[in-house]
Amino acid sequence: MKLYHISISNLRRRKGKVVFLALGLVIGIATIVILLSVTQSMTRNIEERLDRFGANMVMVPRTENLSLSYGGITVGGVNYRTVEFDEARIGDIRRIKDNKNIGIIAPKVIGSTVINEKDVLLIGVDFESEFALKNWWRLDGDTPKAANDLLFGVVGAVALRVSRGDQVIIAGRTFDVAAILQRTGAPEDGVVIGDLHEIQGVLGKKGKISMVELAAFCRGCPISEIVLQIAEKFPDARVTALEQVVMAKMQSVEMFRSFSYGIAALVIFVGSLLVFVTMMGFVNERTREIGIFRAIGFRQGHVMQIILLEAMIVGFVAGLVGFLAGSIVARVVIPLVIQDGTPGGILSPSLGMISVLLGVSLSLMASLYPARKASRLDPSAALRAL
Amino acid sequence: MERHFIEVHDIGKQYGSGETVVQAVSFMDFFIDDGEFLSVMGQSGSGKSTLLSIIGGLNRPTKGTVYVDTLDIYGLSSEQKADFRSEYLGIIFQSFQLVPYLTVLENVKLPMAITGIRSGDQKARALKILERVGLGDKVNRLPDQLSGGEQERVAIARAIVNDPPILLADEPTGNLDSETAEDIMGLLKSLNEEGKTVIMVTHNSDMCHYSGRTIFMKDGRMDGSRPSGWAHLQQGFIPPSAQHTVTPSARRQPKFSKPPI
Repeated sequence: MKLYHISISNLRRRKGKVVFLALGLVIGIATIVILLSVTQSMTRNIEERLDRFGANMVMVPRTENLSLSYGGITVGGVNYRTVEFDEARIGDIRRIKDNKNIGIIAPKVIGSTVINEKDVLLIGVDFESEFALKNWWRLDGDTPKAANDLLFGVVGAVALRVSRGDQVIIAGRTFDVAAILQRTGAPEDGVVIGDLHEIQGVLGKKGKISMVELAAFCRGCPISEIVLQIAEKFPDARVTALEQVVMAKMQSVEMFRSFSYGIAALVIFVGSLLVFVTMMGFVNERTREIGIFRAIGFRQGHVMQIILLEAMIVGFVAGLVGFLAGSIVARVVIPLVIQDGTPGGILSPSLGMISVLLGVSLSLMASLYPARKASRLDPSAALRAL
Repeated sequence: MERHFIEVHDIGKQYGSGETVVQAVSFMDFFIDDGEFLSVMGQSGSGKSTLLSIIGGLNRPTKGTVYVDTLDIYGLSSEQKADFRSEYLGIIFQSFQLVPYLTVLENVKLPMAITGIRSGDQKARALKILERVGLGDKVNRLPDQLSGGEQERVAIARAIVNDPPILLADEPTGNLDSETAEDIMGLLKSLNEEGKTVIMVTHNSDMCHYSGRTIFMKDGRMDGSRPSGWAHLQQGFIPPSAQHTVTPSARRQPKFSKPPI
């Protein structure tokens, strides 16, 4: 017989009361698990959307000139002296400290040309990385594969009167119109896109890159840190992060997170109060029994151990049950409250461990005073009969 | 100075305060020797149970001192008193006071839960004692599945499992029929014959003949004492001061850090 046998036997004998004791904690912990899971899922959802959104960094050559365009209107008199990167240097982006977070590197060469007697912006891209970056692009026609395949923006195609399957001549070279890019609402609608190296040749910019779009596939990775690291590698470049949209969304998630923590704290407080009141009831009910323990030589510390051990067991079980119940409810709730919400991370070991730790520590804290009170019971008053 | 195993010096105990003061025990002064079987007899409310709880270190007297094996038990801290009870006392409570959710075997093992005795040894010792009190076949029952006499036997088994030198019994036959009561008294007598000091509180004079001496109490005070074997029943009262003759044994080396007086 050890002290824990007494705790376990008592809990087994008073199942109904133990269930009631654990209920407050189970509800509290389940609520926390649900709120945390929903918040996590919201964050993940936004990050996934961001990843789908495309480039979250743009690297352009640094220039002393100010941009003279606003809202799609370019004012004349701009110095068109262009500056470019050497293509060979682009690989250096993969050598930054946080290189594992760099997902897609999409270099581009940009220049103007004449097609069907009209000036048009010609962009050379690496089609593979470009399509990976802009996975929302929809094509009428075949995906460009050959070096002389071109992709026309829908506005550009109409203006230049070209359609899928046509051939166009640029700087004396013949290209096939492989596909028309469906309307995106973005600048791509009015441009002609071709293979990077082919277009470099057409524009007379062999081995030159005008700009690079980058996507960092990560959740909560330090975008601003990555920007700095790239800027260090490319002192002649201006690297900017497209964080505003994300920040706005993240702010609302943060607000929800704070709200969740507030609710969780309230629930925890009420749950702990319930444990405290029930434990006090337990102690009062067991006055005589505690008197017996004390009378046969149990120290105050032994009595405290018995009661705190009971609290620990109840807290452990309540933490586990609360975690499982919360996870199951979250699995049902998340798809209802978050558009495209996936209940990922459910039954995550770390959340389970936090739940159990929370259950045990709350139960212990709420039982500390009742246990202390029990241990200090005057044994003769407790027994009355003696 | 000659010391006795248990010395009760001029103790008094009052409950309440102001006009509602109840003097439960007063002017009690007597000694008990090692191996003695003492009955404390009196009517209900005479203060005998309070006296027993004071000797057991469970109820601090308002005045006076209690020495057990030269230890001033009310000079000990609360935790030291608990150690004292564990080491020196086996208490048989009125109404048995078994723990309802523990089996017979577990109730008997209860005092050993704080001793560091290995689990296997605990079980062997508890089973041996339960065999002795005639409950070897009911070790897995819960207390409410036993008769009153059987519960009393469990209470006795629990009291002696740690082999304490002193047994305190509070109305051990109070809830039993006469036949079972005689059995229980026989058991206490045999434990006394094995060397245990037994102090029994009772209001039943029929039970006193098992003890060597009886102290009478009335209204919280000693109302005399006498040898209580049947052969001595006709003898007159002997004043308490005439009782002390036996040399203390100092049979145990106490664990307490506080030096004895």
